Amino acid sequence: MDLVEFPSLSRGTLREIRTTIDAGFKEFTRAYGEAIESFFEPVRLFLIWLENLLIVSPWPIVLAVLVGIVFLMSRNVKITIGSLAALLLIGVFGMWEDTMRTIAMVTVCTMLAILLGIPTGILMARSERVQGWINPILDLMQTMPSFVYLIPVVMIFGIGKVPGLIAIVVYAIPPIIRLTNLGIRLVDQDVLEAADAFGSSPRQKLLNVQLPLALPTIMAGINQTIMMALAMVVVAALIGVKGLGQPVLNAIANQYFFMGIQNGLAIVAIAIIFDRATQAYGKRLQKHSEVIHG
Amino acid sequence: MAEATGIEIKSLYKIFGPNGKEMVQKVKDGMSKAELNEKFNHVLGLNDINISMPGGKIQVVMGLSGSGKSTLIRHINRLIDPTAGEVLYGSEDVCKMSPTELREFRRHKTAMVFQKFALLPHRTVMKNAVYGLEIQGVAMNEAEERAARWIDRVGLEGFEDHYPNQLSGGMQQRVGLARALTNDADILLMDEAFSALDPLIRMDMQTVLLDLQEELHKTIVFITHDLDEALRLGDKIAILRDGAVIQQGTGQEIVLRPADAYISEFVKEVNRGRVILVDTVMDQSRTLEGGLSIPHGVMLEEAAKTFADTGASEANVVNGSGAPIGVLTVQDTITAMVTPASH
Repeated sequence: MDLVEFPSLSRGTLREIRTTIDAGFKEFTRAYGEAIESFFEPVRLFLIWLENLLIVSPWPIVLAVLVGIVFLMSRNVKITIGSLAALLLIGVFGMWEDTMRTIAMVTVCTMLAILLGIPTGILMARSERVQGWINPILDLMQTMPSFVYLIPVVMIFGIGKVPGLIAIVVYAIPPIIRLTNLGIRLVDQDVLEAADAFGSSPRQKLLNVQLPLALPTIMAGINQTIMMALAMVVVAALIGVKGLGQPVLNAIANQYFFMGIQNGLAIVAIAIIFDRATQAYGKRLQKHSEVIHG
Repeated sequence: MAEATGIEIKSLYKIFGPNGKEMVQKVKDGMSKAELNEKFNHVLGLNDINISMPGGKIQVVMGLSGSGKSTLIRHINRLIDPTAGEVLYGSEDVCKMSPTELREFRRHKTAMVFQKFALLPHRTVMKNAVYGLEIQGVAMNEAEERAARWIDRVGLEGFEDHYPNQLSGGMQQRVGLARALTNDADILLMDEAFSALDPLIRMDMQTVLLDLQEELHKTIVFITHDLDEALRLGDKIAILRDGAVIQQGTGQEIVLRPADAYISEFVKEVNRGRVILVDTVMDQSRTLEGGLSIPHGVMLEEAAKTFADTGASEANVVNGSGAPIGVLTVQDTITAMVTPASH
């Protein structure tokens, strides 16, 4: 017996499997593609609206609003001035429009991820079975090369904003799900018992005890989600999402060193602004844990 | 305020493990905790508990760690489900309540104070205190008004806007107490409420509790591992060992007639002068003409102090209307205070 060659299926069989499944999926795309597309239509319209708002409005107003949001979240002068400087530099170097597109994209993706991720995390925390099912799916979402799941997405939606959005959300949602689950599971059993002893309903327990106490962990999840969403903008550019990813792709293709580094640093700058603002906001929500009785 | 309703615990069993129900019969047939664990891998938590907890009084459940005392108190508001038996509050069996009934029972009839305080760390003292009322749906301004009274009463006025971790352990437990009292429930469950506090603060909190009980007359179930605390607080004491009640009665009964060697070992170290009443020691066969008088119902220690102050060697014990009902001598007082009852 030949032990060197692995006894694989014959080429004919493999080809048959491939063509059957591909044909089946094409069939599916034809039948349901439109329905799925219309399902995502509101998200697409919202994204376009936000993008236009950021691009069409006069830049001083947009700048003031962005810096204002950073200040309201962080209440920290250093972070605010840093953000202002970074955004000014981005503008000066001619990346304002691309940056606005990327900010709009990341904002919408993060909102979607939070909207879907927190309830999923709550469900996972409540049931071992749900956790058992969802965990491997999350592993798959985080390790499967994004180009692989982009194939069916592009087949259904073609090239454009929505497939980019899906690619980013799929990649960026696992941290918020995992950390919501973890945060709720780590809530002190004694406090939960107290909530039970006073007759809390499951809903009251969730809203009064579990979510507030899991908040630092959930905030860490949101922060990670934002970072991962930003990391995906270049991949998203491959399927036609405009923004800072496209000049990077262009730079790679043509070996434009400065262009690459310039846009890369702009992505880093946005990432740092998002990160510092959300972290400072998370910390402010936790002001009760600051002063510890000595 | 109407008299608080008592709690009747009847043949309550708790066996931890997948087939607890089937194990009850084996325990009834006399299987020991060790044997049950070894042969069937089930843990006997509570073994045939029967306690009648009087309404409006303090019932202490005492035992060392692992005796099942914390398990027992959690059966009263069913934070733990029993394997068999009944917990009666009036005519209602807590063990048979539906989830909704149970929630209502917990909201309106019980309040609990925990060993590790279990305060909500993200809420201020005031917001912790109103928690019970908040989940009952009481309007916030009314709830805060009611809570403010109890916050003052436990000595936390001025701290309403502090967060728990800005407070010391003793103060945190005052918040726990205020939270429980604000609920205005009939039953107050205290699970080793003062065990985590240092001795002086603990004495202080015991005084707070006794003062409060003077006016409130709630049915209090107090869990402790400390016999001195049990004797100081308990109108009735039940002693638990390995999940079974080995003796119950008043503090004096337990100190004077310990049921077995285990308990006599315990009570040896107790300050008997603070537990035994003059009524128990006095000679009822005679009375004195005139001389010193001591009211009945006081502890020996107080009588000894009177003897020491006056230099007298015997005194009349008098009843509420001042009539002598017996004679107490210095000799008897000292003897009763220093001789531990042996089993």
